[in-house]
Amino acid sequence: MDKVRANLMLCAGTGCVASGTPKVKEALLEELKKRGLDEEIKLVLTGCNGYCAEGPVMAVYPDQVFYQKVTVEDIPILVEEHFLKGRPYQKLMFKEPEKKTAIPRMGDIPFFKHQVLRVLRNKGLIDPEKIEEYISRDGYQAMAKALTEMTSEDIVKVVKDSGLRGRGGAGFPTGLKWDFASKVKSDIKYMLCNGDEGDPGAFMDRSVMEADPHSVIEGMVIGAKAIGAHHGYIYVRAEYPLAVKRLQLAIDQATESGLLGGNILGTGFDFHLEIYLGAGAFVCGEETALMRSLEGKRGMPRPRPPFPAHKGLWDKPSVLNNVETLAQIAPIIMNGSEWYRSLGTEKSAGTKVFALTGAVNNVGLVEVPMGIPLRTIIYDIGGGIRKGRKFKAVQLGGPSGGCIPESHLNTPVTYEDIVATGAIVGSGGMVVMDDNTCMVGTAKFFLEFTADESCGKCTPCRVGTKILLDMLTDITEGKGKESDIETLLDLGRDIISTSLCGLGQTAPNPVLTTIKYFRDEYESHIRDKWCKAGVCRNLTTFWIDEKLCKGCGACLRACPSKAIIGEKKQPHKIIQEVCVHCRTCYEACKFKSIKILPAGFEGDPSELLEAAAAAGEGKKGDSK
Amino acid sequence: MPRLTIDDLKKIKEKHRSDFTLREGGYRAKVTVHMGTCGIAAGARAVMTALMDEITKANITDVIVTTSGCAGLCAKEPLATVEIMNHPPVKYCDLNDEKMREIFREHIMAGNPVEKYALVAGCESTY
Ligand SMILES: Cc1cc2nc3c(=O)[nH]c(=O)nc-3n(C[C@H](O)[C@H](O)[C@H](O)COP(=O)(O)O)c2cc1C
Ligand code: FES
Repeated sequence: MDKVRANLMLCAGTGCVASGTPKVKEALLEELKKRGLDEEIKLVLTGCNGYCAEGPVMAVYPDQVFYQKVTVEDIPILVEEHFLKGRPYQKLMFKEPEKKTAIPRMGDIPFFKHQVLRVLRNKGLIDPEKIEEYISRDGYQAMAKALTEMTSEDIVKVVKDSGLRGRGGAGFPTGLKWDFASKVKSDIKYMLCNGDEGDPGAFMDRSVMEADPHSVIEGMVIGAKAIGAHHGYIYVRAEYPLAVKRLQLAIDQATESGLLGGNILGTGFDFHLEIYLGAGAFVCGEETALMRSLEGKRGMPRPRPPFPAHKGLWDKPSVLNNVETLAQIAPIIMNGSEWYRSLGTEKSAGTKVFALTGAVNNVGLVEVPMGIPLRTIIYDIGGGIRKGRKFKAVQLGGPSGGCIPESHLNTPVTYEDIVATGAIVGSGGMVVMDDNTCMVGTAKFFLEFTADESCGKCTPCRVGTKILLDMLTDITEGKGKESDIETLLDLGRDIISTSLCGLGQTAPNPVLTTIKYFRDEYESHIRDKWCKAGVCRNLTTFWIDEKLCKGCGACLRACPSKAIIGEKKQPHKIIQEVCVHCRTCYEACKFKSIKILPAGFEGDPSELLEAAAAAGEGKKGDSK
Repeated sequence: MPRLTIDDLKKIKEKHRSDFTLREGGYRAKVTVHMGTCGIAAGARAVMTALMDEITKANITDVIVTTSGCAGLCAKEPLATVEIMNHPPVKYCDLNDEKMREIFREHIMAGNPVEKYALVAGCESTY
């Protein structure tokens, strides 16, 4: 008997492996064997499903049941109940945050239901370490078509007409880039893939490389044919060991099968592909710096023109595309440009993958048609703000991007509309922030990153980001000056207009957008020495409102500095001299009786709090 | 693996079809063997094995097999439900190895429900 009646797709992506997949796998295999089910039920290890926070995750087919947080202890009962007796095991199913009802099927879970999978089409459906599985999902068919039935011009035309734009950040039309490179005469050209993924928190590209490495390779071969390249490199950061391993395995298997290397599929076309490991510097994701790094030199950008399409790697014409861009090529070749355009908007066609994180209920990778409103992603897919808190801002585009407030939540996610807000779509980082976030602190966080990662070649970026950071640090420590806001704005604009590469040209965005939408926070930090979110320690006084305090003792027990006193059922009090402003009590209080006041505040704050509450309400009203 | 031709790509896809029928859906028929405690005690395991054996021998990929819990008819176990796409499901009762093989040949392959073993036709479908 070799008929298999069920496939268990257990996630073996980086996240799930870290949270226990290897042990779960052993336990599952053992239990299936013990129950005599090991021949009829097949265990398949997949790449990242983009749902790492709830890992290890596992999908069961044909039932389409989705399990999360699977532990070794769950295995015996899971196997007996579901795989032997056919009763899906509720304990491991997704549950809606408020209702607690279990949702068995993946397709019914809101997080997955609203997604449209093109880039992530094979996510969780194949074993990325077996080329046959990729081929079974029509893999390499598009490459075969491109190599046998299409000219270079045909390929360029389809990709141009599709409207596909680069997913690495800049959104440059892919077809146009290929067109430029294809028209340059040269005996040697290079087709390159950018798998550097430097934005903090982003993991779209890692997920694709781990879960579907062949889709990137196939896109590269098609691109190589389009521009006339016979050599290529995938530049991946060394911090992605699993992605590197799977890519290498995929390259080896493809080469062995004649799908890479010399005379691909007997068509006479050659394409040799290698992996190059990067050391994880953010600037090495920038195209000219990446090419220098590939040449074995220090990764620093250079002025453009000349553009890489004319003078790239080793001064030869080169095309560099992002992982996600390349993963879309095969379906476009198979299904045509009209198909691709059927989703998205006129100028932002197709789908985009976002890494949704932060203060939302459901975090993970989200692939959606471009043009849907931010609100849909945050509320319908993300399940709204965690712990019933209030939305404050969504950060798009990582260190090059900006913060978008509630009043702009209906903005459709397209390149143009997001830029109009001051942020950028970027590579797809999407961090949701609630009312516990200090916006000055957020800007400071990103500037710390860019100031650190600036390569130092040009002065505006090297010195400018440092000055921005120092001023932000001063503001968060209570040393801000009234003129600081204007200086930040002026300097920010100067850095943008004079920096050499995209790093400096976008680094001030987090500062500019937070000033644009949250100027009052900067002002209260500077003028009132008051961080209303209670994050900047020097700019807070924590105070217990006696009228609201029930004397439950939660804050007293939580305080690490023993700064809170009070009898049971009597209002408690914070000894200001002892308090270290860590906000632990604020989080612990269930009755919202702890208030955040300006630094060094004494006396009765009721008037101040009323005014602040009224201002908050007013602002909320404005936004509707 | 030897070097592939374009034809080989299609052959590989064909070879793995049964796995992908499970994962992607699009099967022609689904058989549910009721494997509650009662079903297993009454011999559901042997019924399942017989069914899987027939499918293997017939070398088909468009029929899937699943299990489900007790159907509430413990006295008539082992039970199995055969659903051909776009036809009402048929529940069979008091099954054994031989009956299951006959149902496979007659109903699943030839499309004629085996009335003598049928309990009911047209109860709730599960797809
Ligand atoms: C500082 C900086 C960092 C970048 N990091 C990345 C990155 O990690 N991954 C990426 O694909 N593109 C990155 N880019 C964009 C690349 O320069 C380039 O535009 C992109 O790889 C081109 O591919 P695409 O057209 O397919 O998007 C970065 C750009 C800058 C300025
Ligand atoms: S690693 Fe399993 S979902 Fe990401």
